[in-house]
Amino acid sequence: MSMRGISLLYNSAKSNRLWQPAVRAMSTTSFARGIFLGELREQEIFPYPEVLTADQKETISMMMDAGHAFFQNTNDAAANDTNEKIPEEQLDEMKDLGMYGLMVPEEYGGMELTNTMYAKFGELTGVYDLGLGIHTGAHQSIGYKGILLYGTPEQKEKYLPSLASGEVFACFCLTEPSSGSDASSIKTRAVLNEAGTHYVLNGAKIWISNGGIAEIFTVFAQTPVVDAKTGETKDKITAFIVERSFGGVTHGPPEKKMGIKCSNTAEVYYENVEVPVENVLGEIGGGFKVAMNILNNGRFGMGACLTGTMRMLIEKSVDHANNRKQFVSNLREYQGIQQKIAMMNLLCYANESMAYMLCGNMDRGAPEYQLEAAMSKIFASQAAWDVCDETIQILGGAGFMKDVGIERWMRDLRIFRIFEGTNDILKLFVALNGVQEVGKLFKKQGNMSTAIGILQKKFLGGGMRALKTKVHADLNGSVKMLQEDITKFHVATAEQVMKYKKGIIEQQVVLNRVADSAILLQSMAAVISRANLAAEKGDLSELALANAWCGESHQRITQLVADLQNPALTKVDQATLNVGKMSLDSNGYLAKSPVS
Amino acid sequence: MASLRVLVGCKRVIDYAVKIRVRPDALGVVTDGVKHSMNPFDENAIEEAVRMKQKKVVKEIVVVSCGPTQSQETIRTALAMGADRGIHVEVPKGTEENLQPLAIAKIFAKLVEKEKPDVVILGKQAIDDDSNQTTQLLAGLLEWPQGTMASVVEHSDGKLKITREIDGGLEDISVNLPAVISADLRLNEPRYATLPNIMKAKKKKIEKMSPEDLGVDVTPRLKVLKVVDPPVRAAGDKVPDVATLMSKLKERGHI
Repeated sequence: MSMRGISLLYNSAKSNRLWQPAVRAMSTTSFARGIFLGELREQEIFPYPEVLTADQKETISMMMDAGHAFFQNTNDAAANDTNEKIPEEQLDEMKDLGMYGLMVPEEYGGMELTNTMYAKFGELTGVYDLGLGIHTGAHQSIGYKGILLYGTPEQKEKYLPSLASGEVFACFCLTEPSSGSDASSIKTRAVLNEAGTHYVLNGAKIWISNGGIAEIFTVFAQTPVVDAKTGETKDKITAFIVERSFGGVTHGPPEKKMGIKCSNTAEVYYENVEVPVENVLGEIGGGFKVAMNILNNGRFGMGACLTGTMRMLIEKSVDHANNRKQFVSNLREYQGIQQKIAMMNLLCYANESMAYMLCGNMDRGAPEYQLEAAMSKIFASQAAWDVCDETIQILGGAGFMKDVGIERWMRDLRIFRIFEGTNDILKLFVALNGVQEVGKLFKKQGNMSTAIGILQKKFLGGGMRALKTKVHADLNGSVKMLQEDITKFHVATAEQVMKYKKGIIEQQVVLNRVADSAILLQSMAAVISRANLAAEKGDLSELALANAWCGESHQRITQLVADLQNPALTKVDQATLNVGKMSLDSNGYLAKSPVS
Repeated sequence: MASLRVLVGCKRVIDYAVKIRVRPDALGVVTDGVKHSMNPFDENAIEEAVRMKQKKVVKEIVVVSCGPTQSQETIRTALAMGADRGIHVEVPKGTEENLQPLAIAKIFAKLVEKEKPDVVILGKQAIDDDSNQTTQLLAGLLEWPQGTMASVVEHSDGKLKITREIDGGLEDISVNLPAVISADLRLNEPRYATLPNIMKAKKKKIEKMSPEDLGVDVTPRLKVLKVVDPPVRAAGDKVPDVATLMSKLKERGHI
């Protein structure tokens, strides 16, 4: 991955608030950033955000009832998967239900849900039908999100009403055959015509969700932009609102996919499409930022949605374990099964805690949440995959059978680690952002004084002050582990920066260890905060979950930090990577068969 | 044209899908933290009123619920389905299980005096007490005709033609207005509250009052002595042949 690509990613993706916060704005620092600096920024995580008013709680409760009724009585997820389609009549019913304009302001015909309400409602698609969730999500979470975030009043007035009602569908068009993770390398071009009235758009996009059914396309294209200072013309990406009715827009047949089959995925082609200049979305040349912010803004949805999925899978696993008898007991009596069930619960709890902390903070007006959003997406998609994998394992052969219904979830879940920013790229994004923070520390304090500070922390500890926040006594152990781990992590990361300097960008094995640790630390903070809130309200049942997760995370972080600081591991990594390089050079597996 | 006014009742009950547990004091079931929703037959009642409004037979639907603060949510659901305004007769939390059919019927009788509807539609019974009494008691108090267990309701010229589901099959009756009806399951298929309608419902009015405001004494007339689980099914016996079966049946006095 090019250095330029990564630096573009982490320099430009700042958050963009959709709502005016009803509550006084939070401070301007992110907890995740603090982790890299060895800081436990308690004011960012305590108290666990509670952002719904009593009225909003009642509204969301009624919406959930209506949603459950719809999914239980009308939607047939298995049929949608087999037919690779959602029936037309059902789409009409979903439009009547109002499922396509959940976050659009009421003045444009939407439900004006906050992020937290949208997230909660989104759990329904996680519980019942991920394919349908991607169909509605591609439309509103990314398809027309750009108009919500960057649209002019005229653009909003013109497009949002019919998008909110579902009269027309929208999609997000960034990916091209040779540009996936390296989004800034896209080749679709939009050139201003002589009269200066229209951009002429040419190019091809692939794997566009809703591409075959959309009327409104948020399209990203290279536009020649004259640099005001130098007079030089350079290609910069601009975002456009493109209507199919402009002419020249065609699409390919629906892609045949592993999962989320009822969601339409297609190639979209633009041939001399005339896009009025009024349809530029955001700034000319500012399209990359628009794209990253749209994705960043929608990321919180995945954590909440997959909470629903994991909860549903846990119920199925527990039901089977309680009722299936083999050898002398029900499966529930065996440690192997208990361990699986436990891990599923912990993963779901940690994910849910992070997801709702994220959207709660977004609703409170957090100016920056890109790291937390990336962490939540990475964690949620991997956790859901693992939970589904173990569900199938617990069910045994039955888990593999189509009729039982679990295999469909496995197929649907696989894409979540890939789209909306692959987990691989997002981990590097998290790590490099963090590394950049540490780098700033060196610049600010000077290399020597920072190095001394690091050494002090390493051998004397980070000054384990008690937290200002009153935390339930049962959580003290976990809080202490979190404090220690943040300090050790900071030291280990800073040592890597000292060792590799700018070259750290190439050290992806190291960066992945850094990212994995940071995500686990963030998850520990989230569960401690959440369990503490529950305990304050008199519910002590979550303390065990939070402490168990912190115990597990602490073990993993300790290992990861040790790996970072183990000089012997550098040689091991090199030897391993070498195998990879040789295989790539030989175009395949390196060994000959032991049997000729 | 649209001239009739309808009063519809709805009750907040434990959701039909929940596994009921008897309280330790054996005087009732556990309700704390348990999912509640609108009584299913009441959904049919409201749906029927909304359909009559869509057919322009009815011009206003007033929905009533008697219960604790949370009954407001049930009223909101009815408003989201299409009722125009609500009346919440509120009782202190925890006392709602003492509200018995006679008390409810008296409350409705007073509301009928106030609101002067042409038709009152109730669900035929609540799934928690299964009484199937309120409609009949109300009709008696008002001295109005009643059409209970309705599976078809048609209006023409100030009369209602009602098909009732009875033990022997179906019975067709005709009642003059004003009348009281109770809705049965097959009367209609209740609609989902759409999300836009849920939002609109938030702007509709809900009037709050207490039974005392209506001058109704809701002291229970019936006392619950004990609530128990149904007896656990005893395990069966497998028998190898018919002869053994016959002898066992004789042994146990069944034949």
